[in-house]
Amino acid sequence: MLTDGDLQAIWLTVKLAGIVTIILLLLGTPVAWWLARTRAWWKGPIGAVVALPLVLPPSVLGFYLLLAMGPNGPVGHLTAAMGLQTLPFTFWGLVLASVFYSFPFMVQPLQNAFESIGDRPLEVAATLRASPLDTFFTVAVPLALPGFLTASILTFAHTVGEFGVVLMIGGNIPGVTRVASVQIYDHVEALEYASAHRLSAVMLIFSFLVLLGMYLWRPNAKKGV
Amino acid sequence: MATIDARFQLDWPGFQLDVDLQLPAKGVTALFGHSGSGKTTLLRCIAGLERPRLGRLSFKGNIWQDEQSWLPTHRRPLGYVFQEASLFPHLSVLNNLRYGQKRSQATQRIALDQAIELLGIGPLLDRKPDLLSGGERQRVGIARALAVSPEILLMDEPLAALDLKRKQEILPYLERLHDELEIPVLYVSHSPDEVARLADHLVAMENGRVVAHGPLSETLARLDLPIRLGEDVGVVLDATVGEIDKEWHLARVDFPGGSLWTRDRGIPAGKRVRVRVLARDVSLASAEPAPSSIQNVLHGHIDAIADDDHPGLQLVRVKIGDTYLVSRLTRRSAVGLGIAVAQPIHVQVKSVALME
Repeated sequence: MLTDGDLQAIWLTVKLAGIVTIILLLLGTPVAWWLARTRAWWKGPIGAVVALPLVLPPSVLGFYLLLAMGPNGPVGHLTAAMGLQTLPFTFWGLVLASVFYSFPFMVQPLQNAFESIGDRPLEVAATLRASPLDTFFTVAVPLALPGFLTASILTFAHTVGEFGVVLMIGGNIPGVTRVASVQIYDHVEALEYASAHRLSAVMLIFSFLVLLGMYLWRPNAKKGV
Repeated sequence: MATIDARFQLDWPGFQLDVDLQLPAKGVTALFGHSGSGKTTLLRCIAGLERPRLGRLSFKGNIWQDEQSWLPTHRRPLGYVFQEASLFPHLSVLNNLRYGQKRSQATQRIALDQAIELLGIGPLLDRKPDLLSGGERQRVGIARALAVSPEILLMDEPLAALDLKRKQEILPYLERLHDELEIPVLYVSHSPDEVARLADHLVAMENGRVVAHGPLSETLARLDLPIRLGEDVGVVLDATVGEIDKEWHLARVDFPGGSLWTRDRGIPAGKRVRVRVLARDVSLASAEPAPSSIQNVLHGHIDAIADDDHPGLQLVRVKIGDTYLVSRLTRRSAVGLGIAVAQPIHVQVKSVALME
């Protein structure tokens, strides 16, 4: 069966992915809305920066984040000034790194969902006395709800599957930064193939179920306005 | 009289809008023109949905925008009906209607119940928009715009997306709006028929400019109207049903200067009606015509002559009392009749369309 260490790693993974998903819902939504609505020329550059984690090797991202969060990096200075410990090799360091790493998985589905709404429902809301903020919450969010679901699932699942960035930023501290993917790595390193099998199977089944759920549950998103 | 004063200049690649217009703040004003003439863009500018390079707009003395200020759409006291009903798909019909109503700070000139009754959508309130027919959707869209109790109603070709049957279904409701509401309506249309039925005032647009505007009957009777109406050239007369002939199922409509007989459509005597007379249904005779199947013969004077689109055709405007009719005839007939301005003439009207 799964060891206590395995269960601890799974719980840590779920906690990390959950917190990252919530943070990214709050951060990614305005960015996605802006990218979907703006006609500014820097939409392109910003969109590219948001998409960078899709193509960068996790070690590159992890390396830069490590430098930034270290005692001599800008984030390190900030945390020192606020009287906090430096972030690398802590759970919250891992959260911060994951937020960067999973950013495009939240922003891109949301941006697509917002773009597919089109201008018309927003114009209608304006002619019905709704302010832009009111329109966002009462028209854009309800119409983009399937996009929110897709984005949240992708973000959660992608954070669960993270490995390289975790190793760079968090190391391998049980109960603090040792998530499931790292735990499996440890099992393999220690030649505990049976343990590695069990935990890997859990991850495999989890990932399959998440994706299956997404493909089966196709809400009536595209019904015309 | 309180008016709408609009001045807009807008440059888009391949399209320019340049409009300086004063409109009456009452009755139905049709913004009429072919597609691409800028009528919808003008309406969107008035609604604040487009932000032109140069824009000044005041409504009944309140400035909605000028060089310094800009009232965003949601603060303008207007109602807007889009070409497609554009109902919110995530809300029921009733909640679509309530969406604007509960956000409107206007005094409830138009109660929700009145809007529902006026558009006949009572039985639909619990449905979702995707279960409605096109005509039903558009009626809900109109009711939703009215439920904010707007001070002006803007309608962008509300019938254009509907087939003929649905149009016939909605037109009576629009005519009721015209009769029962006291707010001004700006109605964008490319259909001469809708304009003739609904409008009191006509703004004709072409290539982003206003080419003619004025009271409907007066403007339609202009022979130099720069907009091409083709087969739809004609006039609209404001008339009253004077007499019903029960034996022959005919109704006599009286207008200043004469009267016409037409099919009895069940409109009671004394009621005000609109009569549309197309130029192609009006023929001229220099002598009293011999008895023929055409019952309506009027007497007037030639008022103006102009070329029609086709080189073989001419348009002749005849003044009958205080009313103008326009006749289309071939250039050969015009020469044959020796048509000249101020000449007395007999006018035969083959058919008229009666509109309530």
